[in-house]
Amino acid sequence: MSHLAVAAEPRTSTGLHSRKLAFWAFLGSECLFFGSLISTYLVYKGKSLVGPYPGHILNIPFTSVSTFVLLMSSLTMVLALAGIQRGRMGQFRVWIAATALLGMTFLTGQVIEFSSFVREGLTLQGNLFGATFFVLTGFHGAHVSAGVVWLWSLFAASFGGRVKPENALDVEIAGLYWHFVDVVWIAIFTLVYLIQ
Amino acid sequence: MTTAAAALPAREAGPTGLWSWAATVDHKRIAVLYYFTAFAFFLLGGVEALIIRLQLAGPGRHVVSAQAYNQLFTMHGTTMIFLALMPLSASFFNFVVPLQVGARDVAFPRLNAFSYWVFLFGGLFLNLSFVAGGAPAAGWFGYANLTSGQYSPGHGIDFWALGLLTLGVSSLAAAFNFIVTIVNLRAPGMSLMRLPVFSWMTLVTSFLIILAFPIITVALILLMFDRMAGTHFFVPAAGADPVLWQHLFWLFGHPEVYILILPAMGIISEVLPTFARRPLFGYPFVVYSGIFIAFLAFGVWSHHMFSVGLGPVADSFFALSTMLIAVPTGVKIFNWIATLWGGSIRFTAAMKFALGFIAMFIIGGLSGVMHASPPADLQQTDTYFVVAHFHYVLFGGTLLGLFAGMYYWFPKATGRFMDERLGSWHFWLTLVGMNLTFFPMHFLGLLGMPRRVYTYAGDLGFNTMNLVCTVGAFVIAVSTLVFVANLFRSLRAGRPAPPDPWGGGTLEWSIPSPPPEYNFAAIPEVRGRDPLWLEQRSGPAERRGARGLRPDAHIHVPAPTGLPMLAALGVALVPAGLIFGLWLSAIGAAVMLFGIYRWAFTPI
Amino acid sequence: MPGPRPLPATPPTSRRTPAAASAPPPDAAAPRSAGPAPRATLGALRAAALAAVAALAGLPGAARAAATYPQSTFYPHSEVGGLIQSLLNNLLFWVFLIFVVVETLLVVAMVRFRRRRESTGPPEGAHGHTGLEVAWSLAPVAILACIAVPTVGTIFRIGGPAPPGALQVNVVGHQWWWEFQYPQLGVVTANELHLPVGRAASFRLQTADVIHSFWLPGLSGKRDVVPARTNQLWFTPDRAGTYRGQCAEFCGESHANMRMLAVVETPQEFDAWVRDQRQPGPPPAALAARGAQVFSQSACIGCHTIQGVSAGVLGPNLTHVGSRSTLAAGVLPNTPESLGRWLQDPPATKPGTLMPNLNLGRDQIQALVAYLESRK
Repeated sequence: MSHLAVAAEPRTSTGLHSRKLAFWAFLGSECLFFGSLISTYLVYKGKSLVGPYPGHILNIPFTSVSTFVLLMSSLTMVLALAGIQRGRMGQFRVWIAATALLGMTFLTGQVIEFSSFVREGLTLQGNLFGATFFVLTGFHGAHVSAGVVWLWSLFAASFGGRVKPENALDVEIAGLYWHFVDVVWIAIFTLVYLIQ
Repeated sequence: MTTAAAALPAREAGPTGLWSWAATVDHKRIAVLYYFTAFAFFLLGGVEALIIRLQLAGPGRHVVSAQAYNQLFTMHGTTMIFLALMPLSASFFNFVVPLQVGARDVAFPRLNAFSYWVFLFGGLFLNLSFVAGGAPAAGWFGYANLTSGQYSPGHGIDFWALGLLTLGVSSLAAAFNFIVTIVNLRAPGMSLMRLPVFSWMTLVTSFLIILAFPIITVALILLMFDRMAGTHFFVPAAGADPVLWQHLFWLFGHPEVYILILPAMGIISEVLPTFARRPLFGYPFVVYSGIFIAFLAFGVWSHHMFSVGLGPVADSFFALSTMLIAVPTGVKIFNWIATLWGGSIRFTAAMKFALGFIAMFIIGGLSGVMHASPPADLQQTDTYFVVAHFHYVLFGGTLLGLFAGMYYWFPKATGRFMDERLGSWHFWLTLVGMNLTFFPMHFLGLLGMPRRVYTYAGDLGFNTMNLVCTVGAFVIAVSTLVFVANLFRSLRAGRPAPPDPWGGGTLEWSIPSPPPEYNFAAIPEVRGRDPLWLEQRSGPAERRGARGLRPDAHIHVPAPTGLPMLAALGVALVPAGLIFGLWLSAIGAAVMLFGIYRWAFTPI
Repeated sequence: MPGPRPLPATPPTSRRTPAAASAPPPDAAAPRSAGPAPRATLGALRAAALAAVAALAGLPGAARAAATYPQSTFYPHSEVGGLIQSLLNNLLFWVFLIFVVVETLLVVAMVRFRRRRESTGPPEGAHGHTGLEVAWSLAPVAILACIAVPTVGTIFRIGGPAPPGALQVNVVGHQWWWEFQYPQLGVVTANELHLPVGRAASFRLQTADVIHSFWLPGLSGKRDVVPARTNQLWFTPDRAGTYRGQCAEFCGESHANMRMLAVVETPQEFDAWVRDQRQPGPPPAALAARGAQVFSQSACIGCHTIQGVSAGVLGPNLTHVGSRSTLAAGVLPNTPESLGRWLQDPPATKPGTLMPNLNLGRDQIQALVAYLESRK
């Protein structure tokens, strides 16, 4: 196994880790993915033939709290990364768990919110607002869920010794993903909820 | 894990057996897998074309029914673009790029294998439609609302959309891999402006892929939601606009055509200098024009929609942007011709194909300029004129370029030459065949023959020209058989080839033919563009400095693994389950997650 | 079209066996027999270039032979068509010029700089010429400007509103037939359009189902009909005659069978046609009367309108179907025999058509044919 450690830091042309570079490229493609979903939402804004309409149904105060929760989870993610980079495994575990829990809180908020919308008559099939809203926020929620699973995996793996300060890069990349998902939510919250 | 000792035999026997291919993570073998799979799909697409041409050889023929014909032209286009041309290009990315940048493999060898297997499974899934209720029949760009459940009942369009979604995963993964390989794994001294043009074009193409494919991914997802979940993204009765599909599709679709042509342009930028014995003229301009084309590619999409009625302002904007994109394309052509100028041209098979590319691409590019003018385009679009245009750029362009690459790099990959005489026959038959097939289509279009018609009236003056096109298609078929014969004969008994059969200037020619699994015994140090020519011009004392250091004492080669194939199978089963039953999707998801987890936690 | 001149033989310069002195042009059907060599490569490519130019030069000749090419896009017979044609002439001029210049440069390069002796040593260092790069970037821009300016001008002229007093025609595309309504005149018909020569016609374009494209190449460019959208098209036909058209956007199984006819006639003839179309039609006699009975007792009335008899809107209006020159959207000539064939099995003529095979008996068909043909 010894030459593995030697191979862990191969020379790269940019000095950046290849996996980090790949992940940034992936985030670039994700920008286009969410950008297309957001554009579809904006193109169909105001075009629904029947209600419910955004003004009637969206609950900005409630969603603001969800947004704050997700924002705070980015803070805890930074703290988790700091923890593992400094070799403080306890700190890492606490903050990565906190991040995952805050993410789950956000998701719970989404579920509550969407259930109430459905009860009020907003469905995927009902009108264009329902279709574009739920597909956009649904894919975002799916990304958050995948992130939550990723974070818990890192949490569990840290106990088995597979996540260590030497491969803090893994946590850093998870952090990039998590912050990205947060930024996308800011964009959605602004364009869907705040600007009507 | 395997390692290789410092003293290296000149040519090593590679591992053999089916499992060695299933579990390979070596970019050179993955390239071979891509090549043969893509070529098989190319033959399938070609058979589809021959049936189409038999049907159209005369008016009112009944070789196939209308519905079968509509499936054939849909599958011909989809197959040629996504299952033949793109993966053939990927085959060259795989084989050539790590060698040209001086690396031992791509950045993520297992992800590389994964890309190939997803391609294979996706392609098989798409073609399963023929025997599972009918292939898609709405054209390769599947306009809404014809593709809705109401107007396209059955599963044909589901296979199409889900198949393309799967193939998108393959292309995206490969693009990430090549971006990182080219940006991060270059040999010391190889700055970006010393990168061979083929690798540059691979980089640009990869960026186009990662930015364009997500858009069609969203479009296909919206379509599938309409077809399977009852949404109304493209249902006019609910207030939706089918033109949104066109915008989303072409925002992907136009970059896609540059994804199709830039790699071939990269190939001939390597072939021409080698056989003209001159470095590429205006290297920086060729590179910058490729980058400029990529940027502009996202600004011209609505030139596919001039008849939709977007309004004079939009039409004018896209007319101007489309004309603008002709400029960097022209710059490349002029630089290629200038490369020949003053050179000493050797007409090998590879060179013939490269020269044929230029000649044919000029024609295709010019008919493209004709399309750029909306009022004129209102007579040309959706007719055989545009069919002529894109076949000239894709067949006369991309395919000829890919053949040039094959004759050029085959000796490196196999240690044997392809037969030059058969190659010459292949070239001439191809050139004659393609012009016979596609040149009359310019006339057919301007004389009023629309595209995508399973038959035509016998009194419109189309009969003779269509017959000529059909004859040409069979000439192409013969030329393809010549190539296949050459390929298999050369694989078994081709004349042995040295490391540098052509006197090339780039790094791949500095290692044995075929290369050892680890490519370079010692990672070279690069001092300029065309490092081999640079070294050959320098004195012998400087040779070692230019070309390499002591052989590495310890080379780590990634171990073979079946996990990428397993994960790919899972990825392909998830969409398949949407047609065959959600239990299949659940199995697919489980297999995929298992494969990915094991892979993520297995050190390379 | 004229063919290429045979090329003079050039002496062999390579060590390979020389091929035939000149090679046939690329659009010859016969394959080459001799083994190829560099000289033949160049000769053939030169021939190819000549053939292409010659063939393209033959275009105008082919173009004006409208009778041989009834659906030709060349010289559309309207003011709008004239604008389109001048733009096309402009494009063809530049395209030919660029083609000849660039392909010649390519061929000259291949001929002049073919290998004459074994090359020694590696190629020289990188070369380029910034001045050339600038020149061959700006020259295309200049040429494109010559195309762009008239292009934008024409876009705005064609895209503007129709002249006042235009004849209004509403077009509705269906799978797979064309509905034409003249709201100002109270006429509804299908697949055969009548227009007075010299008067602007303004089209409102819509569809009942999927995207189609309304295209009469002899009169004007095409325009799509898009669901939930109304598109506009106008032109002033300037020559009487019969113009063939086709749907030009793939719209399903029988897209190839969605054709149409435009009859451009003198204002007097047009007025006469309008008058006839407005009448309910003569009362049917004998066999035709029996046909009328069959019609009103069959599923026909659910889909078709015959003024005074039925009001179905799913299929073409048949009030004056006997007056049209074609049937089934331009696919069949309007003869009793063709009509009979259509009625016997519509999907056999037009695969996928919404009109089902009604399993009509021979007598019923005969009667129906008599009735429908009498609807002039």
